[in-house]
Amino acid sequence: MAEGNEDVITKLVVTSSDSVLPIDAAMRIYESSTDIVIKETCFGTMVTGPRESVNKVVKEIVDLDKNHIFVKERGFPPGDDRRCRASRGGGSRPGFYFLKEEAMMLPMIGNALDKYDKHVPLKEVERKKKYEVKELQDLIESTQ
Amino acid sequence: MAKVIIYPTNSLILSDLVQRFGHTPIAMMEKIKEKVTTVGVDSPPMNITAEEPKHGLKYAAVEVPAGVRGRMALVGPMIEQADAGIIVGESPMAFGCMGCARTNELTKYLIRSREMPLLELEFPHSDDEGQEFVYKIAEFLKTLPDGEEATE
Repeated sequence: MAEGNEDVITKLVVTSSDSVLPIDAAMRIYESSTDIVIKETCFGTMVTGPRESVNKVVKEIVDLDKNHIFVKERGFPPGDDRRCRASRGGGSRPGFYFLKEEAMMLPMIGNALDKYDKHVPLKEVERKKKYEVKELQDLIESTQ
Repeated sequence: MAKVIIYPTNSLILSDLVQRFGHTPIAMMEKIKEKVTTVGVDSPPMNITAEEPKHGLKYAAVEVPAGVRGRMALVGPMIEQADAGIIVGESPMAFGCMGCARTNELTKYLIRSREMPLLELEFPHSDDEGQEFVYKIAEFLKTLPDGEEATE
């Protein structure tokens, strides 16, 4: 029984694409395989099933717009009582906050991947840096 | 393909990028899955038992809070099996399994202590920084050995 469970995985597919909507990804999953379960959520689509089936379906979805669809594995199965907010009395599920922050970065990452594929040269980025001790000391002394 | 430990250990972006460039991400989600889906629960609902803080003693002293040692029982073996690492600082949020600052410090320390290829970055805040972020990760991952020699 444990062996059967080991083979079942859950993957989270987060879409950040202009051309592929989350519902398109979900429809592709619905029509592709019968032995997987999916759940559409506000933060992406969760796909659960045997490892090979899930990997195959996820690859098909990612190929729709490979630089703007992101995937990660998920520990808990969809709708799990220990995480699902329906059974916990509301509120975001643990882990949602970080996922939300990262989801907001996905357009930026997707554009960067597009540029990487097109071999666009890297621009020099100016970063704010902290003062060295000597610089800070000079600054303080200059105001006295 | 090389096994790459990512920090934050539950990051969607890092996990995706590592997989995208042909390597295996070592992430917290897999460990959590093992815990929560293994049949034969000792301590429902999460299956975290009194054994975990004991396993964590390998990585942290006994005076260290049990929460840190319990987390290290999951994170420590991940660090040991890694062939390379990517640490991204200035994480915007660190909730859930990433919510313990001391565990995070110890995790970063142990990753840096291992003699393995390591990339340290910060989360991007603008398009240019995003481009640099992706380029650096991509170039780093391309330098890693992608055959049997990395994973034996």
